[in-house]
Amino acid sequence: MGERTILTGNDAAALAFMHVNPDVAAVFPITPQTELMHQFTQYVADGEVDTELIPVESEHSAMSAALASALSGARTITASSSAGLALMWEMLYVTASSRAPVVMVDVNRALSAPINIHCDHSDSMGARDAGWIQIFSENTQESYDNAIQAFRIAEHSDVQLPVMVTLDGFILSHTMEVLEILDRETVQKFVGEYNITTKLLDFDNPVTMGPLALTPHYFECKRQQIEAMENARKVILDIGKEYGRISGRSYGYFEEYKLDDAEVGVMVLGSTAGTAKVAVDLARDKGIKAGLLKLRVFRPFPGNEIVEAIKHLKALAVMDRSASFGLTGGPVFNEVRSASYGAGIDTLISSVIYGLGGRDTYPEQIADLLDKVRADADAGKVRDVQRFVGLRE
Amino acid sequence: MVNGDMMEIRWHGRGGQGAKTAATLVASVAVHEDKFAQGFPEYGPERAGAPIRGYTRISDGQIHQHSPIDHPDVVVVLDETLLEIANVTDGLGEDGVLIVNSDQSPEEIRKRVKLEGGKVYTVDATKIAVETIGRPIPNTPMMAAVSKVTGVVTRKGIEESLREKLGHKFGTAIVEGNIAAVARAFEETRGE
Repeated sequence: MGERTILTGNDAAALAFMHVNPDVAAVFPITPQTELMHQFTQYVADGEVDTELIPVESEHSAMSAALASALSGARTITASSSAGLALMWEMLYVTASSRAPVVMVDVNRALSAPINIHCDHSDSMGARDAGWIQIFSENTQESYDNAIQAFRIAEHSDVQLPVMVTLDGFILSHTMEVLEILDRETVQKFVGEYNITTKLLDFDNPVTMGPLALTPHYFECKRQQIEAMENARKVILDIGKEYGRISGRSYGYFEEYKLDDAEVGVMVLGSTAGTAKVAVDLARDKGIKAGLLKLRVFRPFPGNEIVEAIKHLKALAVMDRSASFGLTGGPVFNEVRSASYGAGIDTLISSVIYGLGGRDTYPEQIADLLDKVRADADAGKVRDVQRFVGLRE
Repeated sequence: MVNGDMMEIRWHGRGGQGAKTAATLVASVAVHEDKFAQGFPEYGPERAGAPIRGYTRISDGQIHQHSPIDHPDVVVVLDETLLEIANVTDGLGEDGVLIVNSDQSPEEIRKRVKLEGGKVYTVDATKIAVETIGRPIPNTPMMAAVSKVTGVVTRKGIEESLREKLGHKFGTAIVEGNIAAVARAFEETRGE
């Protein structure tokens, strides 16, 4: 269906944006995202897109400009990483609460200190309650595919929320990998016209945006926002299927790898999911009936569907590439364990923290982890609720 | 090895010698030749002259893993001053291949790195680069050496890729210099 090529994750996401041809891009550089917007601004300079480029003076301004642009009636993109995303903090909330369907790529990078440019998920995980839809990518193919689907999900009239597509810094952003790309016309047809219900620059239907809403109204606005995120559940699945019809690659909330007949499993998101597939094969070679659940959509969190997919497992390790200080386990672990509460499942769920600050994770390490998970299953209890993979101690 | 049909190449060079370009360009040639491939550098603060690594995976099937290469099938050394300081042969197996940019013989290199098994090849890539391209950047002849020794990508594929990547940016003279460098490396790469 598509054309086979080889690109870095950054270039794949930039190409997706080029194929979408958004109206506005508000950009500020930060490693490892810089090359993504560098490539996109090249498309702008070469006249490949009609995008109005707004080079801003900070990420706070980038998100402010993106928010205003999206609400005024223009399809708008931005991208960032780590400290850049952190500097957007205030505006992340405003963008989601104002129901501005901005599409952003976050190239995952650790937060300081110590200063570190490499991958972990602390940046986007920290933004998990900001009201953005969050979609993680395993490889450059998914970076491209997710970036395209994001527009349809964000702009859907039942949703109208910003979408953050993430890809692992360096591990994907700077790795050349094989992917299949669509042609521009197909993508254009897929995303269609930007047509949100209320636009600031629609003079026939004047509206006020960003008003004061104190105790009489604020709560109701939040309730609507909760509803919009709930609506996104169906939309994400519908768009994932529709994308499958144009690309041959359908998407759901997560991908299962040899999970059907597995007795033990790991769950992970991002590029490590690929590494975990190799690990599952290694574990199976050693006689461990292992499987993988690769989470793609973190917000809205598909708790019920995950429980359904893991309930037959004796034991499961949930891998987090970020920590939640003062709480046992990382964010994904806590969501999974919470979703399991009262669901009547016996799966022994343990937490694994790995890969902080870009620490490499190898198939053999995850295979060893699966061995420990099997030992949990044999013991009939989680022997160590918090494990660390790849840590020197 | 995890995937039986996969070839893993680790490139050792110094910042500025084109190890990253070589790692990704060989991957891209492999993809044009209908294989699956990954090419990526080891990232850190970028400093000219500092030891760096690049990685290339090539396979007939989809490559899933995202981790550095610790057990390479092929090690390519773009700067022989790294032989004693960068542990270039780490993880290189019995059937491994070591290709070094050096005017020394494979036998001499084997002694220097104290390698037991495997096969050693050398080519004076810096000299070739100076004489053909006019600059001491050894990555093009080293890519050619990889093609000659392993056959994992074709010479034609490398040449086409060089024309495509360099032609637009640097013009005909540089392209032809690189093509000549490929030819020289194919002739002058020697094994034991």
